[in-house]
Amino acid sequence: MSEDIYRTSHLKLRPRRHWGRMVAAGIVLLLLAALVRAFATGKIEWSYVGEFLFAPAILEGLVNTILMTFSAMLIGIVLGVLFAIMRISENPVLSWIATGYVWIFRGAPALLQLLLWFNLALVFPKIGIPGLMEWRTVDVMTPFVAAMLALGIQQGAYTSEVVRGGLLSVDSGQYEAARAIGMGQLMMLRRIVLPQAMRVILPPIGNEVIGMVKITSLASVIQYSEILHNAQIVYYANTRVLELLLVASFWYLAVVSILSVLQMYVERHFARGTKRPKATG
Amino acid sequence: MSEILVKAIDVTKRYANFTALDRVNLEIRKGEVCCIIGPSGSGKSTFLRCINMLERIDGGAIWVGGELLGYRRQGDELHELRDAEIARQRRHTGMVFQRFNLFPHLTALENVTEGPIHVLKEDRKAAVAHARDLLARVGLADKMDHYPSELSGGQQQRVAIARAMGMRPDLILFDEPTSALDPELVSEVLDVMKDLAESGMTMVVVTHEMGFARGVADTVAFMESGRIEEIGPAEKVLSNPDSARCAAFVRAVHK
Repeated sequence: MSEDIYRTSHLKLRPRRHWGRMVAAGIVLLLLAALVRAFATGKIEWSYVGEFLFAPAILEGLVNTILMTFSAMLIGIVLGVLFAIMRISENPVLSWIATGYVWIFRGAPALLQLLLWFNLALVFPKIGIPGLMEWRTVDVMTPFVAAMLALGIQQGAYTSEVVRGGLLSVDSGQYEAARAIGMGQLMMLRRIVLPQAMRVILPPIGNEVIGMVKITSLASVIQYSEILHNAQIVYYANTRVLELLLVASFWYLAVVSILSVLQMYVERHFARGTKRPKATG
Repeated sequence: MSEILVKAIDVTKRYANFTALDRVNLEIRKGEVCCIIGPSGSGKSTFLRCINMLERIDGGAIWVGGELLGYRRQGDELHELRDAEIARQRRHTGMVFQRFNLFPHLTALENVTEGPIHVLKEDRKAAVAHARDLLARVGLADKMDHYPSELSGGQQQRVAIARAMGMRPDLILFDEPTSALDPELVSEVLDVMKDLAESGMTMVVVTHEMGFARGVADTVAFMESGRIEEIGPAEKVLSNPDSARCAAFVRAVHK
């Protein structure tokens, strides 16, 4: 008889109920439904959203946003790599200058830097190489150039810290092995150190690119016709404020989504030779 | 007697409050295999790294192949060499590290061809063919396209030896090449090194493998406290050393 209590094979298994999870999921879904309802019944003319999604002014803004993202990011990455290498160099002057660059350009708001570059003509009416060539600053500092310089240079300060982190992550044995086969500094950085650092650098750079897509909207204050600027111009005329902001949101989301997928592929490329979990988007 | 390949005179290396190398003198002839033994912290690895200028020396001088390392003599002055000239001097000397230090983003074959193609500017096809020969010679013909992370420690170290040989060096330095290996993988690396020694390569080996030193080395140097305490033919230093410290060390290692 007593052996019976050890028999379990004939018993029915009743899985545990996760009441807490069900309640939490229910509450969240309810809130979401309320949000959707609010947008559906609110005074949003969805037909306007559809109509302006592909309006020429909006598409032109989209192209300018993408153009600015890439130009500013290109400057940011070039400066970032340059200043990161300067920072870790044994030349104290270069290292100092790199530290100062990060300090200053990370220290001022991006919006303020945009205004500074755009208004440069107030203090430097002419720029150029003294005695060789000269231009009027107002002609050179178009909204595009001012935004590209302001966003690119402040981005470089952030990127240089990301790149420096990547360089530091490479084992000192790699530097020694590269020297031992007779490589000079530059070849060592280019062929051995940077490719390995890329694995560490890429995820935060992906983040920064996505951040840049959105910071470009700040350039609307200096009349650069990116997508938010153009959406504003349209809604000043037709007063469909929220509809046009939704249009702009849609395009930002679309660009960011595409960039996330791109990031995944680039990370996969630089994951060569590692057994770690492959990069995710 | 063959010509002298490495000559170290009064090599001294100081850290803040510690003398790592204290007037080390050494001569290595072409084709010679020299094992450096000694307790940890005795300066063996530091001295080896000086021969490849991975460490700066604070006193004395080292010549490799008749060339003074790190300096150019002009009349009565010694001029420090530029980075590019130091890189050029390093090309003649191969180095095998304790922790392999293979390039993880390159395959075994690419690890071997990296230097010949990019540093020596050899023709790609010729460099690849040479690298294939070398990898076959170290027993890795079937692992050429593997990344280091896919290889065992012993296999990685054999790739590292092939990488050093790819530069067609006059001399290869080994910094405790088997110390980071699981015990069962040690012999496959030592076999490759023995093979290399028999082919006439000049080798300086910092090691704790007394069997290798006895079987392969021509000379053995015992270092302690930054000095070469005793140096001579392998058999003499390992079996019948003059120095009491050397005798104690050899006895302790053999236990």
